[in-house]
Amino acid sequence: MTTAFAASAREAGDPQLTPPRRGGRRRGWTPYLLLVPGLLWLTLFFIVPLVQLGSASLQSQWPGAPGYYYRDVNVGNYVDALSSYGVHFLRSLAYAGLATVLCFVIAFPLAYAMAFKAGRWRNVMLILVVAPFFTSFILRTIAWRQILADDAPLARTLNALHLLPGGHITETWVAVVAGLTYNFLPFMVLPIYTSLERADPRLLEAGRDLYADRLTTLRTVTIPLAAPGILAGTLLTFIPAAGDYVNAELLGSDTSTKMVGNVINSQFFTVLGGYPTAAALSISLMILILVLVLGYVRRFGTEEVL
Amino acid sequence: MSRTRSWVSDHLAMIIAVAVLVYLFLPVLYTFVFSFNNYRRSNITWNPEGSPTLKHWANPCGAPGVCPALVESIKIGALATLVATILGTLIAFALVRYVFRGRSSTNVLVFLPMATPEVVLGASLLTIFIQGFRMDLGFWTVVIAHIMFCISFVVVTVKARLQSLDPRLEEAASDLYANPRTTFLRITFPLALPGIVAAALLSFSLSFDDFIITNFVSGNETTFPKFVYVSYTRGIPAQANVIGFSMFLIAVLCVIAAQIIGSRRRGVAA
Amino acid sequence: MATNTREAHGDLVLENVTKEFADFTAVDDLSLVVPRGSFFALLGPSGCGKTTTLRMVAGLEQPTGGRVLIGETDITGTRPHERPVNTVFQSYALFPHLTVRENVAFGPKRRKAADAMRLADDALELVQLSHLAARKPGQLSGGQQQRVALARAVVNQPEVLLLDEPLGALDLKLRRQMQVELKRIQSEVGLTFIHVTHDQEEAMTMADTVAVMNRGRIEQMGPPERLYDLPQTAFVANFVGQSNLGVGRIHGTDGDFIVAEVSDTKVRIPKQRSEIHDGQVMFGVRPEKVRIHESQPVGTGNDVRAVVTDVSFTGVATQYLVTVPSGANWTVYEQNLDVEPISLRPGDDVWLSWDPTHAFGVPVDEDGRKAALAEDGA
Repeated sequence: MTTAFAASAREAGDPQLTPPRRGGRRRGWTPYLLLVPGLLWLTLFFIVPLVQLGSASLQSQWPGAPGYYYRDVNVGNYVDALSSYGVHFLRSLAYAGLATVLCFVIAFPLAYAMAFKAGRWRNVMLILVVAPFFTSFILRTIAWRQILADDAPLARTLNALHLLPGGHITETWVAVVAGLTYNFLPFMVLPIYTSLERADPRLLEAGRDLYADRLTTLRTVTIPLAAPGILAGTLLTFIPAAGDYVNAELLGSDTSTKMVGNVINSQFFTVLGGYPTAAALSISLMILILVLVLGYVRRFGTEEVL
Repeated sequence: MSRTRSWVSDHLAMIIAVAVLVYLFLPVLYTFVFSFNNYRRSNITWNPEGSPTLKHWANPCGAPGVCPALVESIKIGALATLVATILGTLIAFALVRYVFRGRSSTNVLVFLPMATPEVVLGASLLTIFIQGFRMDLGFWTVVIAHIMFCISFVVVTVKARLQSLDPRLEEAASDLYANPRTTFLRITFPLALPGIVAAALLSFSLSFDDFIITNFVSGNETTFPKFVYVSYTRGIPAQANVIGFSMFLIAVLCVIAAQIIGSRRRGVAA
Repeated sequence: MATNTREAHGDLVLENVTKEFADFTAVDDLSLVVPRGSFFALLGPSGCGKTTTLRMVAGLEQPTGGRVLIGETDITGTRPHERPVNTVFQSYALFPHLTVRENVAFGPKRRKAADAMRLADDALELVQLSHLAARKPGQLSGGQQQRVALARAVVNQPEVLLLDEPLGALDLKLRRQMQVELKRIQSEVGLTFIHVTHDQEEAMTMADTVAVMNRGRIEQMGPPERLYDLPQTAFVANFVGQSNLGVGRIHGTDGDFIVAEVSDTKVRIPKQRSEIHDGQVMFGVRPEKVRIHESQPVGTGNDVRAVVTDVSFTGVATQYLVTVPSGANWTVYEQNLDVEPISLRPGDDVWLSWDPTHAFGVPVDEDGRKAALAEDGA
């Protein structure tokens, strides 16, 4: 994703490319021939698996044969899943929501500085934003575990000042949200940067001319200009964050910070007979996210977010 | 005093930006520093005795399993990139260049995998491979899964590039005696190429760094991220840090080289 | 048949060409002949169908009716690359990934010319850009890009060269310069140029023949001075220069003149300068042909009372806006020949006069009625 936005960001600066579009061509079978291989792949390995997952979520276990299932319409799986793991759902939404807000707060000034203040350092900063993400995601999360560890400088200093109520940062929700925020930050920075970079800096000057104070300019001119990027950024942050389990696994505790992703993962791999529950949880998560995303897009944005 | 304050408020955005960049690089720095750690069992805490040491850099394949995992990741990444780039580019061309029935449903089908959490993608693929297609989990199931989630990103990237091209350029080519084939080969394809290359790089980095989906569908196959994750509980070798940091260096050098070539190509002489 | 359309040779002929889009007719039964080697301008407001006409000649659009021919060869239905026609696009459409020389050599290479690069260099010399041949289009100024686009078309020695608002993006000074240069190049290479523009001054200064288009049809076609001197429709009277118009009824004749009554004033129009000889007529006279007087003039032919509404001094001339009895606003240009020009102010009563041999009559239509009433009202 990151390079995609970087690429489109670079293109947007090129004045050669502002086409008045005429409609595409309309000719026979060519478009279908172009589409067939890719769409076949998506159908076979995205749609069909989802249908299979849906059917698995309704399967029942053979009595007395744990790990063996038969086709059924066992809605009870959903009831079980949601009653046992409802709290994990809420936790996932809360963590992902919090991380998204934090990402926005951190990303906006950075994107703003890159678009309007960086001058010739703009491309360098763009590279710097993307670069850390070429180090493996797992390695970086483990590094955070080390940075936030009890015997590392940060936790020690906070403890010495008695600012850390529980005495730990790792094993708490703070560490999980911090990890999510860090890992999905570029997904917020790049779209916001792209829409700000496309904006005419003279609009900001005009805004500053009309409204003397910066906060009003920010609220009435800058943020609306960045709106498409903010919309795309929040989706690109929230969706993967809500389904993530690696941060909770590596930075959180064994009990109180598990997210729905952790449950799905362990139900699939470590709980005997957890298969239908895991499938029901996955389907529920997908539907929940789709509903939230659709509502959000309908409320704030256009169709072409990505 | 007030001059200091106005300097700060003028440069506030830039100050925050630099702070955020430091924050972004902090874990990379940790990864780098710990690649010189003379650790005992697991490379988690710094051992002042004998550190820093260059021995892990001198022998990056020294830890068992780390280099085979890297090779697997590169093979999977290359294959997934190749197939996803071709399939996704074809879809992008169809979407931008043609008006056809079913265009908006195609857009939805391409968008959906990006709006689906990775656990759900992984869980559904695992289910179909086991219950539906009855395939053995391993190298090929990972490749299939990676191609699937890369296609959407390729479509988005290439589509953006194609949409930004002036349709008059193709008209001009055909006006200058180029038949449709030549127009495509000489004008459309070269102009779309930067977008296709960007899409390929993106695919590779997505595939190379993927853990969640891979973990669902890989069976006994071990990729580099999976190797790191699995060794976390047993003890991470510092060679993982060496390789992780080298990937970072290589990628940064590639991006810088691309930037230099790109700006020379465009030849912006002001 | 299709293979030799590229060798077609002769005048460009449009026969009853029609282009209908889903919801409107862009070009309506257009017929026209552009003689080989002439500089022809298609002039009209935006949306009048001139660009669609151009695109049909280039082959970028196909007509829904009628034929396009070059000489005796019917090129209707052939693709752009099968026609001996080249276009200078409005936005130039230079290939950004190719150098200037490669851009210009693109056409010759496609036609398998052995010396494509040399042809390109010659064409670049013609537009005086040889020194920039190795650059990419992105490194050139607007005027330079324009000339590359011209060289890229001219190098092919097409039977017809189409220019789609080629000067639209340039500033005034550069426009003037390019107008002169385009004319020079056209006379040097002797190709048929068809220049599409909405700028009447540009069309008038450059073309041998101007066709004024409106709503998909040609209103009038002819040499620029003829269009100006004797417009045949109210639209032309107002699109090519300005005209003072009035709707009247014809009463009879007086020697070589028709006599018409416009708002209780009798005006005379030379018989051969009127399209209409009985019934309703649109009377017109050009602003610079009208004189302005402080008292009723004697023996001038036509005269009418008016009230000054605005005076603007432009140096060589003074422009007066006056209201005539019909309620229409007329414009009068008075050349500042005297040392002390007559000092008139808004609100003053004046007399207007003109030599009736300069008057013209055109049919009354919606365009004209609107123009006669609201003329210069803004």
